[in-house]
Amino acid sequence: MNAQSHEAHHDAFGAKFGMWLFLVTEINLFGGLFIAYSYMRHKYPTEFHHAGAELNATLGVTNTIVLLTSSLTVVLAILALQEGKKVVAQSFLYATIGLAMVFLVIKAFEWTAKFHHGLYPGAPHLALQPHGEQVFFGLYFTMTGLHGIHVIVGLSVLAVVARMIGAGKITRERNITLDNAGLYWHLVDIIWIFLLPLFYLAA
Amino acid sequence: MSAESSVTQPSYLESQGKYRGLLGWLLSTDHKRVAILYLVSMITFFFVGVSIGFVMRLVQLTPFHHLITAQTYNALFTLHGVVMIFLFVIPGLMAVFGNFVLPLSIGARDVAFPRLNLASWYFFIVGAIIAICSLFTGQGPPDTGWSFYAPYSIKTGTNISLAVFGVFVLGFSSMLTGINFIATIHRLRAPGMTFFRMPLFPWSLYATAWIQILATPVLAVTLLLVILERAFGIGVFDPAKGGDPLLYQHMFWIYSHPAVYIMILPAMGAISEILPTFAQRTIFGYKAIALSSLSIAIFGSLVWAHHMFTSGMSDFANLVFALLTMMVAVPSAIKVFNWVATLYKGSIDFQPPLLFALSFIFLFSIGGMTGVWQGALSVDVHLHDTYFIVGHFHYVMFGGTGFGFFAALLYWFPKMFGRMYPKRAIYVAWFPMFIGFNLLYFTMLVLGMQGMPRRYYTHLPVYHTAHVVATVGSWLLVGGLLHFFGTLGYAVFRGKKTVGNPWHGVTLEWQIPSPPPVENFEEIPTVTTGPYHFPEVAGT
Repeated sequence: MNAQSHEAHHDAFGAKFGMWLFLVTEINLFGGLFIAYSYMRHKYPTEFHHAGAELNATLGVTNTIVLLTSSLTVVLAILALQEGKKVVAQSFLYATIGLAMVFLVIKAFEWTAKFHHGLYPGAPHLALQPHGEQVFFGLYFTMTGLHGIHVIVGLSVLAVVARMIGAGKITRERNITLDNAGLYWHLVDIIWIFLLPLFYLAA
Repeated sequence: MSAESSVTQPSYLESQGKYRGLLGWLLSTDHKRVAILYLVSMITFFFVGVSIGFVMRLVQLTPFHHLITAQTYNALFTLHGVVMIFLFVIPGLMAVFGNFVLPLSIGARDVAFPRLNLASWYFFIVGAIIAICSLFTGQGPPDTGWSFYAPYSIKTGTNISLAVFGVFVLGFSSMLTGINFIATIHRLRAPGMTFFRMPLFPWSLYATAWIQILATPVLAVTLLLVILERAFGIGVFDPAKGGDPLLYQHMFWIYSHPAVYIMILPAMGAISEILPTFAQRTIFGYKAIALSSLSIAIFGSLVWAHHMFTSGMSDFANLVFALLTMMVAVPSAIKVFNWVATLYKGSIDFQPPLLFALSFIFLFSIGGMTGVWQGALSVDVHLHDTYFIVGHFHYVMFGGTGFGFFAALLYWFPKMFGRMYPKRAIYVAWFPMFIGFNLLYFTMLVLGMQGMPRRYYTHLPVYHTAHVVATVGSWLLVGGLLHFFGTLGYAVFRGKKTVGNPWHGVTLEWQIPSPPPVENFEEIPTVTTGPYHFPEVAGT
């Protein structure tokens, strides 16, 4: 139905505004989990302290550095495209995707280690631990898992965007899609920055 | 910009785009066609919900013969709730009339993100299909009630996970519509249309959209936690693992109380359009109504725990939430008084939409005030989990949103289809609907006062007479509904062709032909006055 005339109308500000509204929904999605976390931490302060000590803070901080660097490379990609340097922009996007994968690999090692120690929901070993620790690991896997899904979605979006730059669908003049993908990536980053102290530095 | 000047443009109903026939509807990003998709699917789901409710009333007619088992009854009230709430009243006026009227009434050619808009409908349908599949797969249909309260929802063997996932997907539809409408209102208002020159229906959509964006994600994550709890036993809501069911209730109602304002606000907006048109005068207290929508959205987000007065919260929390609950009645009352004042000294043109709008005010007032009673702590202890709650809820959601939906449908029907329904048949349908409604739900209020608990598949003999009255009411109501929608269904195809502006409305959507052309406005109008500027036409 008259797609041409509807889509010919291009409103970069509107697109960015819509993206920000979407980010609001994402923040509230995690917000629900942060409410659950703060309530449970209030209920079980010492257990959260002990359970937090089980997590590997070094890996957590390493992953934080990886994600922060990936946010930087996204920004560099945006700047490069603004100067019309398509290939440079694409390279920075691929660098971002690479860093995202590094993050996921480190995360996978962490999860595997927890599985080996029997620290996952439903594990017989965890069932013997105090209530607060069981809830801690329930929340840990839920929140880092949901964040991990966002990382996967984010890197897929960035991969599509990199291809769109190659195909000339995102250009120096029409770069709002790249901007919005970058915004999404920063959100993924920021959520992790909250997850780090809540879990890894809880001890 | 008269209706005649642009008759050459084909209407959105006839115009052929890239695709023809059914695909021309299913793949159309035209906000008007998307609205009709919503309308058809929603009325279908509405009748599914009505049928389940009808059966439940029949069961209460013969409580001593046990037509169905208690388990089946549990499944029935769960389904009735899920279908009616998530598939009819929550998307309700927002998705149908919001989509159809919003761009027209602010002078836009479409919503801000037309493709996203169509995607929202697909999310809606997929979510609905998943929810309905949960009935026929797994270990039997969900039996928790529509609120999926933990710990029962994480313990019961029925097919909760799939049903909850369906609601999760429906949430996307709701959020994306909200994002779309806020962006539309901010970006696409016609030149000269400031926020305070915007009609009140878009105002109410604006407030609703904000609730959708802010509250729906919390429900989404809560439902996700229920699924994870059932699949992996993460323990957040499971007391056996240190979790807390009360936390579930909080997180559920943080969304689901604001959700009742998602349901009612657009209906209030539609009423605010209908009254000035049929009183042929400007709305009384325009700014008060506009801002009360926002304050309902704000206060309505802060009252969720009044669903939990008997759940074991602290006295202080109870007190705070009781106070906030009473306060949310104030902006609602502001609207009611302004509506009534609008009629005063108007030149009233009594038409079916006005009849249903007045019914809305009457029924909503009963629903609203019975709600304030429950806000009073001591009264709530007596009324909690009785039929009084069921009666109150249906007065607000059916008497309010439902009748608001009917009023809006009657008001914008000629705009949507370019045809007029036989008015006399609508009046005839109104009588059994209105009388049956009150027989059914007022009786429930009384039953609840007497102590009849909700969600029981049978009842003590002392309640039997009242249950018979309520069931007879449900027959009248369903008969009226069938006649109502039968008449409208007939009128879609056979109704008398009508002119562009049969009600003499003055908002922008009435300044273009009916049904509207594909591009809505030949030329985007420039707005110089407020929305309800009726010409001084003495004697008409």
